Amino acid sequence: MAEKSLMKGNEALAEAAIRAGCKCFFGYPITPQTEISAYLSKRMPKVGGVFLQAESEVAAINMVYGCAGSGIRCMTSSSSPGISLKTEGISYIAGSDLPCVIIDVQRGGPGLGGIQPSQADYWQITHALGHGDFHAIVFAPASVQEMVDTVTKAFDLADEYRMPAVILADGLLGQMMEPVAFEDTEIKMSDASKKPWAACGHGNKRKHNIINSLYLKPDELEDNVRARFKRYEDVKAKHTEAVSDYCEDADTVVVAYGSTARLAKSAVEAARKEGLKVGIVRPITLWPYPAKEIAEACKNAKNVLCVEMSMGQMVDDVKLAINCSKPVEFYGRTGGVIPKPAEILEKLREMGGKN
Amino acid sequence: MNFKKINIITGHYGSGKTNVSVNMALDLAAKGEKVTVVDLDIVNPYFRTADFKELFGKHDISLTVPTYANSNLDIPALGFDMNGIADRDGYIIIDVGGDDEGAKALGRYKPVFDRYDTQMLYVINRCRYLTKEPDEALQLMYEIENASGMKCTGIINNTNLGSETDSEIIHGSVDYADKVCRAAGLPLVAVTAKGEYLDGIEKAYPIKVYVKKLWEEFAEEQ
Repeated sequence: MAEKSLMKGNEALAEAAIRAGCKCFFGYPITPQTEISAYLSKRMPKVGGVFLQAESEVAAINMVYGCAGSGIRCMTSSSSPGISLKTEGISYIAGSDLPCVIIDVQRGGPGLGGIQPSQADYWQITHALGHGDFHAIVFAPASVQEMVDTVTKAFDLADEYRMPAVILADGLLGQMMEPVAFEDTEIKMSDASKKPWAACGHGNKRKHNIINSLYLKPDELEDNVRARFKRYEDVKAKHTEAVSDYCEDADTVVVAYGSTARLAKSAVEAARKEGLKVGIVRPITLWPYPAKEIAEACKNAKNVLCVEMSMGQMVDDVKLAINCSKPVEFYGRTGGVIPKPAEILEKLREMGGKN
Repeated sequence: MNFKKINIITGHYGSGKTNVSVNMALDLAAKGEKVTVVDLDIVNPYFRTADFKELFGKHDISLTVPTYANSNLDIPALGFDMNGIADRDGYIIIDVGGDDEGAKALGRYKPVFDRYDTQMLYVINRCRYLTKEPDEALQLMYEIENASGMKCTGIINNTNLGSETDSEIIHGSVDYADKVCRAAGLPLVAVTAKGEYLDGIEKAYPIKVYVKKLWEEFAEEQ
């Protein structure tokens, strides 16, 4: 196994991108993800890559659009307000069937909100990342090591399915330090020559490729969208991920993702010590959403608790996952306030007492 | 560890400067000394010395933080009256932001530091990515010196791998720290780690881990 290093979340995301064959980064600084840009500004030139600080988030995402069209692995990163600005470009990228990786290190909102950690971009990232019929693959890692691992996966799946992939982190994950190891992984499809669709120069040897999201005939556009949604079914079947702990005999199951799942898990473990039968299921992918995995984890439960750093944006998805078969309660803090494990434990005690 | 009137703690971000600063402050306070801690971090939006307000309060340690530290405003404004702070009785510990970017904040206060008995300690961590080689750690020290216009006077070996730190990691860092010290021409001031990892280590300075994740803190309280 590779030797472990202590790394800051943002720095680890950036290094993982380089190791995944990312050759171009286009970004614009915003707290709490600026270390990604700062790190790549130093590292990219050393690996023969491009680091470019664009004049705005809108410019950065459109640079990603152009770069992705040439078949080169590329990435942008931002935090909540910056992601809002990028959504138009992301829709064009999806509409042109191009792969790229987008990192969102969430902060409080709406508006300028604040710089402290938050998970209030859930709706935006999973349900409304831009106009039109499209999805992006969304990973919600819960540790610095998992962020590293999902960056590689995100690049590979983006290329395989020709669609954007998002790493949905938050200020807590971006700013914290944890040990990580970089395993040597095979880089798949990073080479533009392996992408027959890429606009990377036809050399008079083939018909030229066109990168486009405009279709003049409605039925052509419909066919194109339907073909894309067929590919989405394949992503759902093969790449939905969740992990559950202590759910077998649990009366109450907690659903939480990202850093909140770390906080919730420590509360679940404390509740177990008190004799409360509680478990936790953590979605690793937020699209595709692990509905089956959540239903399975909750099958013996009497009630379900959704914990988030938002006003409860994931609650409806949890209700759908279990077909509203049992009560789903919510505990969360927002505006940059982190839910404390003791607060979650208190809520679990309250819910356990109802049975 | 030998303390001076003003003790400036600098280094790579993530080397553990804040945890070292907190330990030094508590050590001095335990000896009955007056201590003022200055959070001079202009880089980190959160996870900084300002987080220890309550702990410092319990030990009568004064804490001076930038106006907007830990707020929702991203304004690293330093409105300190450093002359006034330095004039206080007792010891001053200054926790500087990481790397050369963080060290820039020091330069403007150099005239104040020059008037007092001051040491600038460079914190190193062999487990930290991009400073794992002595040359890399040395290069960063020069960048910090250039950015601050000040010279480091000693080195603290604070090698740690977060919650996975063990005795082997500390003992494995001795040679690394020795190489950095020799190349820099600076004395090793302390090796900082939990006491149980420091058997047979020269310049051992046992510390506690105060900088923790919320879930680690909670699990320990249980």
